[in-house]
Amino acid sequence: MSKVIHAIYNDDDVLLDAVHKTRSAHHHIEEVYTPFPVHGLDKAMGLAPTRIAIAAFLYGLVGLSVATAMMNFIMISDWPQDIGGKPSFSYLQNMPAFVPIMFELTVFFAAHLMVITFYMRSKLWPFKQAENPDVRTTDDHFLMEVGIHGNEEELVSFFKTTGAVEVKVIEKH
Amino acid sequence: MYTFSSKLKTFSLILIVLGIIGIGYGYISTPSSIEEVEKMLTESHHGGHGEASSDAHATHDAPVAHDAKDVHADAEHKEHVEHVYHQLQNKPWSALYVAGIFFFLLTMGVLAFYAIQIASQAGWSPVLFRVMEGITAYLLPGSIIFFVLLLAASFHIGHNGMFTWMDPEVVKEDKLIQGKTAFLNVPFFLIRAIIFIGVWNLYRHFARKFTLAQDESTDDSNYKKLFKASAAFLVFFIVSESIMSWDWIMSVDPHWYSTLFGWYVFASFFVSGITVLTMITIYLKSKGYLPEVNKSHIQDLAKFMFAFSIFWTYLWFSQFMLIWYADIPEEVTYYVTRIEHYNLPFFGMLALNFIFPILILMNADFKRLTWIVIGAGAVILFGHYLDFFNMIMPATVGDKWFIGASEIGSILFFAGLFILVVFTALTKAPLIAKRYPFMEESKHFHY
Repeated sequence: MSKVIHAIYNDDDVLLDAVHKTRSAHHHIEEVYTPFPVHGLDKAMGLAPTRIAIAAFLYGLVGLSVATAMMNFIMISDWPQDIGGKPSFSYLQNMPAFVPIMFELTVFFAAHLMVITFYMRSKLWPFKQAENPDVRTTDDHFLMEVGIHGNEEELVSFFKTTGAVEVKVIEKH
Repeated sequence: MYTFSSKLKTFSLILIVLGIIGIGYGYISTPSSIEEVEKMLTESHHGGHGEASSDAHATHDAPVAHDAKDVHADAEHKEHVEHVYHQLQNKPWSALYVAGIFFFLLTMGVLAFYAIQIASQAGWSPVLFRVMEGITAYLLPGSIIFFVLLLAASFHIGHNGMFTWMDPEVVKEDKLIQGKTAFLNVPFFLIRAIIFIGVWNLYRHFARKFTLAQDESTDDSNYKKLFKASAAFLVFFIVSESIMSWDWIMSVDPHWYSTLFGWYVFASFFVSGITVLTMITIYLKSKGYLPEVNKSHIQDLAKFMFAFSIFWTYLWFSQFMLIWYADIPEEVTYYVTRIEHYNLPFFGMLALNFIFPILILMNADFKRLTWIVIGAGAVILFGHYLDFFNMIMPATVGDKWFIGASEIGSILFFAGLFILVVFTALTKAPLIAKRYPFMEESKHFHY
């Protein structure tokens, strides 16, 4: 059992400002719940930069390899045909015809695997219960959760000065 | 206010002088008579490189036993020598033409970029407007020189025969060109050129006038005029640009056509223009000007360099693949010539314009490092010069191409003139268009 503060805001600029103040006052922000992505919030919270771009690049390479191997098997080794006077005996000589597929599968793999990676990292799966502590964070309110370490009074009065529309102390299980 | 450093000015003047020397040498070393070409050809046939072709001649001549056939072979040989003679005479003209159109269209790329920024009311770019206006100052001299080159081709001045459809002797025996004479005839060709160059220069003139007036005015009426002029210009530009690319580039191969050629040329000079804009911005910033330009602006410019390099490749490949796959003789000759005789520049530019930018500019952090952006920019510019080289040269000089005195001289000349005109124009007005409505947003632009 631990106690947390829920400070609720109704404007993303006020929230960003409050996040800056909280961090400079050295209070530990556990989580921020927002109805939409707030630009610059990750930097303000001091989160490590995302590595999804590197993952996307690698997934793209996987897609490119799959496309190359697949087209080579289908069109060259398994069932070579003479299409439009271009007999398919060599991958390289027929490469221009395969470029659209190579491109599409690169994009396909990068996009889908990136989304799946994102779900896994965010611990999202079908029938998962929502973690939002307050339903209003799916509508028009922003909620900042801050851990209490024996300084309840101080924190409540601190958050009242940051422009919060509501400050609550919650027992977390 | 920017002051044109005397060092850079001297540098640009040196480039111009070196360029003129190179161009002059190119014209002087052009063979002046058919006999000279004949001598050159026999010399190269006896050299090592001639082995294969003299073999070909031998097999070609082998079945010729009768006198009549000998005469025929003789006539064929004479025709070949004359053909080479014309190609060699076209060479310095084509070199001048390629460099001229490259620098001229690159300014058009910046002008189009500028108009797009204004018409779309972009908030990130206004701190760069005066740099763009400085670059587009080259439009007037660049387009006038280019028009003179078109005149030289139209009236065959100095044996300039770049456009074969302008030669009545050729048209007389060519059914395909005859079918196009309603569009491809010298008077209409020149009228179109005058209209396009005229309107583009008018837009640039008024856009500059309105932004300067906006600096001093108390309301936004000049901004509104600028906005309307930019939107109207873009409509005109996208039509005229396409026709321009058929006229000035595609028509050197009068039998061949491609329906996406206008876009393809546009992508090439648009990315070149943005690259030059980026490089000049970084240069000015390194000299302590443009304090409002931050790393996010540079990164956005580098994003455009990256994106349009890929866009160019997309169009290049779309054009190539359809023609390669369909394999229709009158279309595919275009690529056969290039792959056979221009193998290195043809595939080399693909590496320079696609593989290099995609690998080096993909990383977001690299787009913020000025030395990487400058290096990538230099490669992109060289690659797109080669692109224009590959568009013009195969039709005008055939396999007699060479990047020598005329080509390098022409690049140096136009580069020198470009630097001189652009940096002189930059000194004429403050580097920030202070009363532009989106200026505050641009100063605070942060990615």
